[in-house]
Amino acid sequence: MSAPSRVTPSVAQTTSRTPRGTLYRGNEGMWSWVLHRITGVAIFFFLLVHILDTALIRVAPEAYDAVMSTYKNPIMGIGETFLVAAIVYHAFNGLRIIAVDLWPWATRHQRQLWWTVLVVWLVTVGGFAARHLPIVFSNIGGH
Amino acid sequence: MTADTLAAPRSSVPRKKGVNLEKWGWIYMRVSGVLLVVLIFGHLYFNLLLGDGIHGINWGFVAGKLADPFWQWWDILLLWLALIHGANGMRTIVNDYVTGQTARRVLIWALWVAAGLLILLGTLVVFAFDPCNGVTSDSIFWEQCQNLPAPRI
Repeated sequence: MSAPSRVTPSVAQTTSRTPRGTLYRGNEGMWSWVLHRITGVAIFFFLLVHILDTALIRVAPEAYDAVMSTYKNPIMGIGETFLVAAIVYHAFNGLRIIAVDLWPWATRHQRQLWWTVLVVWLVTVGGFAARHLPIVFSNIGGH
Repeated sequence: MTADTLAAPRSSVPRKKGVNLEKWGWIYMRVSGVLLVVLIFGHLYFNLLLGDGIHGINWGFVAGKLADPFWQWWDILLLWLALIHGANGMRTIVNDYVTGQTARRVLIWALWVAAGLLILLGTLVVFAFDPCNGVTSDSIFWEQCQNLPAPRI
């Protein structure tokens, strides 16, 4: 037991520009966390809007359909693809976080699991976009 | 408070007795997260990938879905689980970045008020929705409305 217990770096070290082996210095662990936050905030604000727009079904059919028609605009269609990309990342990385928390093997392989998340994310979003974008760009201005 | 004055990790901190809300919040995020993956993927698949995709979404589509108890409960679960999950996530972010005690309290209070009001609104929309309410015979939705299955609440 001669080795010192975990060394806590001084403030000068942790705030320096040069990485010194502290946590969150640009490795997978940091970027998975940054993306989880950004996608989470984006999904939260969409959720607030989405509940309000769906509530319009109680106002009038015409009011609901008028707002829905804006979601069918091609620019919004691209935005929806980004939203789904954010949701799918948050979903798969969230499952990875649960695995890392509960399963020692996953804790040791959290880095590889993050790259796995990215591959599965790419395939899922690619599949979604291949179906959604043609729908959006066909029938522009239609019902 | 600066990092110099923070206690080192794993130093023993006397904890308040009673329910550990932070622990239950942590558990809630994981349990609701797994359920939300299923609920949201199903929501997106049914609404955006089947049939005409987004072009098929209109008042009649939503009215038809909300006349079915299966989708009523699907949407209610989505609403409650997602808003509480989202508000709790935002609370974590506020706790991380907002250092002023008053600003932090106000923001977290506002988060739960917004989540509570939207849960109330959404629940009313799902369970108290009468598709034919306000649709008169001169509305273009009159015929569509007549063909809807009766809501089973």
